[in-house]
Formats: sequence, structure tokens, C-alpha cells
Amino acid sequence: MAADKLAVEPDRHPVVIVDQLHVKYHAYSSGKAVRGIPGRSILSRKRGIRTVHALRGVSLVAYQNESIGIIGRNGSGKSTLMRAITGLLTPSSGAVFAQSRPNLLGVGAALIPGLSGDNNIVLGGLALGLSQREVMEVHKEIVDFTGLEEFIDLPMNTYSSGMQARLKFAVATIKQHEILIVDEALAVGDAVFRARSEARIREIRDNAGTIFLVSHQMKSIRETCSRTIWINQGQILMDGETEEVVAAYLDWRDTQK
Amino acid sequence: MSDAAAEKPGENLSIAHLAAEFGLYRVGARPAFFSYIATTWHRRDFIWHMAKFRVMNKFSTNRLGLVWLLVNPVFNALIYGAIFGILQGENIPPDYPARVVIGVFIFTFFRTCFTHGAKSITSNQNLVQSLSFPRITLPLSVAMEELLSIAPAWALLFIIMPIMGHPPSVQWLLILPVFLLSILFNTGIALISARITVHLRDLTEVIPLLSRILFYTSGVLFDVGKIFAKWPMAIAVYDFHPIYQMVQLGRHALIGIAVDPLYWVYFSAFSVVVFGIGLVFFWSAEERYGR
Repeated sequence: MAADKLAVEPDRHPVVIVDQLHVKYHAYSSGKAVRGIPGRSILSRKRGIRTVHALRGVSLVAYQNESIGIIGRNGSGKSTLMRAITGLLTPSSGAVFAQSRPNLLGVGAALIPGLSGDNNIVLGGLALGLSQREVMEVHKEIVDFTGLEEFIDLPMNTYSSGMQARLKFAVATIKQHEILIVDEALAVGDAVFRARSEARIREIRDNAGTIFLVSHQMKSIRETCSRTIWINQGQILMDGETEEVVAAYLDWRDTQK
Repeated sequence: MSDAAAEKPGENLSIAHLAAEFGLYRVGARPAFFSYIATTWHRRDFIWHMAKFRVMNKFSTNRLGLVWLLVNPVFNALIYGAIFGILQGENIPPDYPARVVIGVFIFTFFRTCFTHGAKSITSNQNLVQSLSFPRITLPLSVAMEELLSIAPAWALLFIIMPIMGHPPSVQWLLILPVFLLSILFNTGIALISARITVHLRDLTEVIPLLSRILFYTSGVLFDVGKIFAKWPMAIAVYDFHPIYQMVQLGRHALIGIAVDPLYWVYFSAFSVVVFGIGLVFFWSAEERYGR
């Protein structure tokens, strides 16, 4: 099945090709696993270390100007696939090819909570790869976008969680991305800011080209994505028109309740 | 055009060809060494700001703030100097207080690069897993942070030495190469320790112990010639001990103690080699750090 997926459609320009991707996590487990889990006896041969096969042979081709929704239950491998596409996670086998390095939308980990919002904008921008001058140029724009003008000189850890999320989103979207991966980032802030951030994502999509959107909100998937991929237990279950895939997923989800 | 390549899509080679045909390259592949260094150079603003902001952040909620950067090494020199001074009795070398202050201040930079460099990747796992940048920026920025933290204490040496009876002289200029070489050496150490803890986390616990052992054995607090007078073999080992050389050269520059001129050669070679090995050693595991 995966084989015929990898044929590139004629007259379209692929920007990401994922080829037979497998990812395994090795984790130290503590305590005893529930008896009777299939495969457990093989896994426990190395004492204390369990191998989790998070992606089992995922293949896909993404084209220019496409926005692709990624859906599936928790733990199905969505975020793992996204991290492997950005190259942040080394696959056990298989490979990812891309036109330019895909970026994950998110900069939170680079920021320092004890620093002012101002300094964090500088730090976040530099972490994303901008030069100091480029950061200075967009600085005011970011502050306006967050709507935090009065508090921008205060340490970030004095902000409410919503305010922090706004700052992080604003910094993360500074950079013009060619291939962008948005993992559950749209549900931040209040209604006003959410509308603003969704508009910003669509703007990026229109300028940039290719977006992967991971979400549990079928509404935002339907509004943003033309194509949707449903992942279950580390494999692609369905890949096609958003309406079709989302409908099938919702039907399936009802049977799971 | 892509038909030929699509015929056998199960083969990885054909996919790689197909990808290359459209100008796609493999994501996450380790870049060549020199292009890696070039990308890192483009990230110098990031390295500098991360270091600066971390130092600011460390003391931002303290009343005395950056004054602690001076208080800590001075207090260390006082307490170790006093205890080891009493313990050594007659073996105490001439100019003991000045020796200890220089020794402790120079060693402190080595210690912080070694121990904090070791955590530069492992304690930033979230950052490593969410953004792509040359990972070497993390240990480099830690080395920069530690340099910024020790710089006020190093500057303080120029005030303390005249008080201890060593007026400024032309020879003081020799301290600059000592500082530069120890920056090279300690940055190399930070790069090496940053990678080895990724392979074996337990080393994070071992490294502080190791650095303490080095502190007590590297001649920071005693005169090697006097303590090991009965074991010339041991003294010979110290002639090739880079940390001892670093400390001795610092003392030579500021208070004029005699050193073998070859120390300059040895320590320069050590610094360049350790820094070079650090760069290559860190770079060659670049694909591993995200896991």
C-alpha cells in the first residue's frame, strides 16, 4: 500500500517525501508491565528497557501549497512523525527528504522565564535563526501582535499562562517558513487572540507553501486543510480529501466510545 | 520524468534519486564539518545573547546581583587557602595567598566549563527537540556564559595583586595569552563533556567528583616541588599536566614565579589540540543529540 503512495503525481512539485519511516523509542521502564500484553516477553529481554515502535513504515508525499491535516488519537504517532519530518528525531530506518528544512512552530523551549518579554523576543528570534538586526526590525511588530505593550518589560514568569502563550506564538511566527509544522498551537489565548493567530497561520500558508497541522479540533482541520492524513498505531490508515477522512475518523471514533 | 524512478518505489535508492530529481535533500543528515562551523558562526549572536541573558537571569532576583560573581570566587579562595595553609604547615610555598587566589580564579573557569558544559545538551532536551540549529551552539554558549561569570573575578586580580605586594609590571601582559589559551582549552573541555554525558547520563554525577579531584591534585593549593620532593616521578608527570601548567603560567605572569619556558609550548599545544578535538568530537555525534 505504501509503495503506490510514493509515486509522485505528474505536474505537481513535491516538497517533502517520507519514505518507509520507522521510529523506535527506547525507554527505561519501571515497575511491572501488565501480564498478557502481546510482545512483552520479547521486549523485556533487555531488563528495564522497553522499545516502543512509534512509527511503523510511514510513507507520504507532500506538495507545494498544500496544507495537510494530521489526525489520530493520542499516542498514535502524530507528533513523532512531525518531529521526524523536521529532522529533530533520528528515524530507526527510512528517510525524510525535503526541499528546505521543515520547522516546527514553537519556540517556548528557547525562552528564559525570568527574562523580560522584550529580551525573550530577541532570544527567541535568534534561536529561530534570525540575525540580531532582523530581530530588531520585526521587534515592534511582534509586540503589537501580542497586545502586551504595557507588560513587555516585565519578566515572562509574571505573565498569565495565556499571555505567555501569546508571546510564544508571536515569536514563533516571526520567521517566514517554507514548510511549517503546527502541532496543537492554535488553541492558545482568548477568543480574540485565537482568531488573530488562525489568521496568521492562514497568512503563512498563503505565503509559504506547505503546512502540516496536527490537531484534535476537526473544525480547524476542516477550515485550514485540503488534505488530511489519519494515523493510527504508527501507520497511515487513510490519506485523502479532508471531508472524507474526517468523516471516516469521526465514525470510527464513535464506535470506540 | 519521474516514471522511471517510480517503477520501483520499494527501493530506497530509487526514492533518493526521485527526491534528488526534485531538489530535495535528506533531512537531519549531519552537515560536513566546515559548513557546520560556518552555520555556527552565523549563529554567533544567538550564542552571545543566550550566554548574556543566562548570566543576567541567574542573579536578577538577588539583591546583590552581579556582586555574587565576585563574592563566590573570593570566598572560595579564602576558605581553601586558609584550610590548606594550616594543613600544610611548613610546606607552605612563598607568596602563598597570591598563589592561591590566582590558582583558584583560574581553576574555577575550568571547573565551571567542565561541569556545566556536561549538562549543556542533557538539560536542554526540550530545546533540542523543538528547534533546529547546530547543537554546538549550546556548549559554546555555556563556555561563553562561564567566561562572562569569571571575567569580573579575573579583573579583580589586577586589584588584589598590588594589595598583596605585587605592583603592576610589564610582565602582567603575559596574563592575556594565559587567559586566551585557557578559554580555548576550557571550551574544548566543555564540548567533550557535553557529548559524553549524552552517551552515558551517569557521567553527569561523576564529572563534579572528577573536577573536585582535579582541584585538589592540580597544584592549585600547594607547591608540587615541595609536596612531591621525595617522588621525582610525580613531579615529572606535572610537567605534562595542562591544568597545572595553566595555573603556573598565570602565576608566572602576575607574581613572577619561575616556570619552564617549555610550559608555554606544551600548554599552547594542549589548548589547540583539546579545542580541535572538542569541535570534531562534538560535531561527529550531531545526529544523536535529538534522541
